[in-house]
Amino acid sequence: MYTMNENEIKNVIFGILKKIAPESEPSTLAPEENIRKALDIDSFDALNFFVHIDEKLGVSVPESDYGKLSTLSEMLQYFSRRMSK
Amino acid sequence: MADFIMPSLGSDMQAGRLVEWLVKEGDSVRRRDVIAVVETDKAAIEVEVYEDGIIESLLVQPGQKVAVGTVMAVIRTETGSIPVVPDEAPSVETPQVSTEPEGVAGPEREQSSPALPPSGTLRIKVSPYARKLAIERGIDLATLAGTGPEGVICAADIERATPITSTEPAVKTPPTPPTKAATEKPAAKNYQAAMRRAIANAMARSKREIPHYYLQTRIDMHRTLLWLASENDKRQIKDRILPVIPLIRAMALALTDVPELNGYWIDDRHQTSEAIHIGFVISLRQGGLIAPAILHADEKGPDELMAALRDLITRTRSGGLRSTEMTDATVTVSNLGDLGVETVYGIIYPPQVALLGFGKTMEQPWAENGMLGVRPILTATLAADHRATDGHRGAQFLDALDRYLQDPEKLCTP
Repeated sequence: MYTMNENEIKNVIFGILKKIAPESEPSTLAPEENIRKALDIDSFDALNFFVHIDEKLGVSVPESDYGKLSTLSEMLQYFSRRMSK
Repeated sequence: MADFIMPSLGSDMQAGRLVEWLVKEGDSVRRRDVIAVVETDKAAIEVEVYEDGIIESLLVQPGQKVAVGTVMAVIRTETGSIPVVPDEAPSVETPQVSTEPEGVAGPEREQSSPALPPSGTLRIKVSPYARKLAIERGIDLATLAGTGPEGVICAADIERATPITSTEPAVKTPPTPPTKAATEKPAAKNYQAAMRRAIANAMARSKREIPHYYLQTRIDMHRTLLWLASENDKRQIKDRILPVIPLIRAMALALTDVPELNGYWIDDRHQTSEAIHIGFVISLRQGGLIAPAILHADEKGPDELMAALRDLITRTRSGGLRSTEMTDATVTVSNLGDLGVETVYGIIYPPQVALLGFGKTMEQPWAENGMLGVRPILTATLAADHRATDGHRGAQFLDALDRYLQDPEKLCTP
């Protein structure tokens, strides 16, 4: 398993969000902002987001963890931890 | 001989613009083949043919806007009859004369969801906006390689392409002044304005003509959600199913129990439909909505429904909806559960006779067998046409819906 630093993970997240919501500017997200609400992401897009995370980071997020991943800071922490295991 | 006419792709459509023929004269076609792309106020739609036969003649040129019902092509059906040439050319409105707002899609939305289903024909995958640009600039889509998801040709590909110097009628449209092509925003606004008007017409007609009645029930979702969680736990992410899937399945089965809610009110008469095609409201990121149909929803298990929904959402947002999906819905579902909305009081899409609204499933106090507990509760609201059915039928439908959602294993075993 490869690792990435937080900045690299952040860029991957931004890249996926930009694909889902092309008119948005993910880099302007505040660390504690609710991403789904800020970018108007529905459950279909959210599922696609996690499909892409799995492909790009190799982290398979169980459905029971979806609720823990609403903000950028939660995601960075969670993905860093899962990738370093 | 059979006529291929400009279809009515929704009760609010008066005319459509032929974007592209996907066949040429002499080609043989089979029922359900997509043979043309037509642009409405809402989207570019792939139109299917209803007969087996051979294309005798194409009467409308790409770029032309014609009224609903206009004969666009003549198809020689395989009965061996002698070709008949129609007496007069169809009445057409040339693009130059048209004052209709140009149908240009809003900001290009790249969709990167898993594979679109393989298509039987070599259709060109292209977003509606890219199609529009290609016509304006006289670019042959067949010469382009799409760089969008799944090879979809997107606006950027058109921007990069150089126009071909073709003598095809399609490119006789006067080139759009660069100033207009360069500024996408006003065009996008026009498109949104056109879609807004289409929605306005349908909804105003509905409120004017349809005496709605509303019934509402609260459904305990804990059994269905437990089943869904354990099911998704076993699956890879890309194979997971969304919570709306069991809802659609339960709705389809409840409609088999109460078929009166599935169909139309046309010419002062209630016409129930045997097939169950559930229109699923999909909101567009740039504003507006489209409700294409999940065809034969009652014959699909959860995985098939998920595949169908994924495919519909992807094509709604990136182009490529088919005419049958736009016209054949026999009932509609509106799911606003992703947001914090508890109750959806829907407006029926004429000439349908019912719309089911789902709100957000929320934890609520719930009394059962003399005990008070906390359960995930979904509010389901039925809007129905009182000309077609009475409250008693509506109540039976909601009761059936609830019953199916209390036995998810049975519900979701195809």
